Amino acid sequence: MSQLDFMPWVQIDNASVRFGRVLALQGVSLQIRRGESVALVGSNGSGKSTLLRLAYGLVKPSSGQVTMNSTLRQAFVFQRPFVLRTSVLSNVALAVWLSGAPWAQAKARAMDALSEVDMHTLATRQARTLSGGQLQRLAFARALATQPDLLFLDEPTASLAPQAKRDVEALMAQCTARGITLVFASHNLGQVKRLATRVVCLDAARVVADKATAEFFDHALPHLAANFMENEAL
Amino acid sequence: MNTLLESAITALHLITSNDPALAAIVLRSLAVSALACVLACSAGLLLGSWLGVARFKGRGAVLTLVNTLLALPAVVVGLLVYVLLSRSGPLGFLGWLFSFQAMVLAQAVLVLPVAIALSQQVVSDAQTQHGEQLQSMGANPALRALLLGWDERYALLLVLLTTFGRAISEVGAVMIVGGNIDGFTRVMTTAIALETSKGDLPLALGLGMVLLTIVLLLNVAVACVKNWRERVETQAL
Repeated sequence: MSQLDFMPWVQIDNASVRFGRVLALQGVSLQIRRGESVALVGSNGSGKSTLLRLAYGLVKPSSGQVTMNSTLRQAFVFQRPFVLRTSVLSNVALAVWLSGAPWAQAKARAMDALSEVDMHTLATRQARTLSGGQLQRLAFARALATQPDLLFLDEPTASLAPQAKRDVEALMAQCTARGITLVFASHNLGQVKRLATRVVCLDAARVVADKATAEFFDHALPHLAANFMENEAL
Repeated sequence: MNTLLESAITALHLITSNDPALAAIVLRSLAVSALACVLACSAGLLLGSWLGVARFKGRGAVLTLVNTLLALPAVVVGLLVYVLLSRSGPLGFLGWLFSFQAMVLAQAVLVLPVAIALSQQVVSDAQTQHGEQLQSMGANPALRALLLGWDERYALLLVLLTTFGRAISEVGAVMIVGGNIDGFTRVMTTAIALETSKGDLPLALGLGMVLLTIVLLLNVAVACVKNWRERVETQAL
């Protein structure tokens, strides 16, 4: 086993994030290790998306510290993926090119990634004409094409039709099977149960529970996390 | 009323008979304004796109300055370029005063803030909505500006058409730096001003009609681009 297996891939120590007057995260500590599938749950505005962005490096902490292993490749799948006004293939290839590959190689890798998500037949189509589910699969292809070690997903199945949700969940399961470490925000507790190995629950910008999935669902939770579970069950 | 009608008929005759004097003035106007727009937009769209993405100390002040320059009167631009190009000015060695190049330079300076301000707004909106996703893929601010600018190309095409409209319809700057020299620096707007003061209304009206037609065609082009873009966007949903 390498040293990487023991060291946290992302370590957040007592970090707070402030956007103007709004305190989006307060004194959060979290470690993400290789092979984990960490679900961030919590009500709207609890700080899930900010924590994802903080762990990814898109947001800087106002206080505290975030340490990331710089040798790792990471990718982010957003709730509503943005695509440029160009073909599906070019959108995926662009992500690979931005990760440092030459354009010719980027296109080949993009085509492979599109095949993985079963979208190779749509490679030449204008990306803006795709449906919501297809767009999310394109976003997965874009992430997978960069061969990430760590994949961050911000509510990837929100506002998708049931079949598209199942497709995306299958892709997430494929990622974990391939050894990609997942960190995802979700409101869907069924999905969390199916895909996560660990659950981090947030409430009002703080982490209120951080437990293995089985423990989170089967055992008594701290008061605020229990409240969230009750509300979601309604 | 009779004078106006007679002038309009004569103007139409001038236009339909392909009058060489009229054609030369129209072509010169189009060349000056088109070249000025190409120059101003080459720099302005890039700079505006970058300003739409970049975050630095003093950005607000730069944006305020650019927005203030939107209201810059054409005669003031003409005066500034005149001072720059006059024999004792810093660019006097070029010998451009009262030339085609001087008019191009003046109009380019006039429309540059328009190109910067409008493209900045377009790309800034795109950055707010999508910049983070490009950033997550590793695109630095310069690359984001280029990618978002390219993605908003139809909106930037409207910026280009808007700058052309502003350039071709101005009179103050080209009058000062061009001098309205017959056969050399006379363009539509300066010729209209001159012919009107001379009382030659048919030629002034003819030129006015051509100018109006160009501005009308420009607006039709803008509307077509807008409609086409909306249709494409709707189909995409």
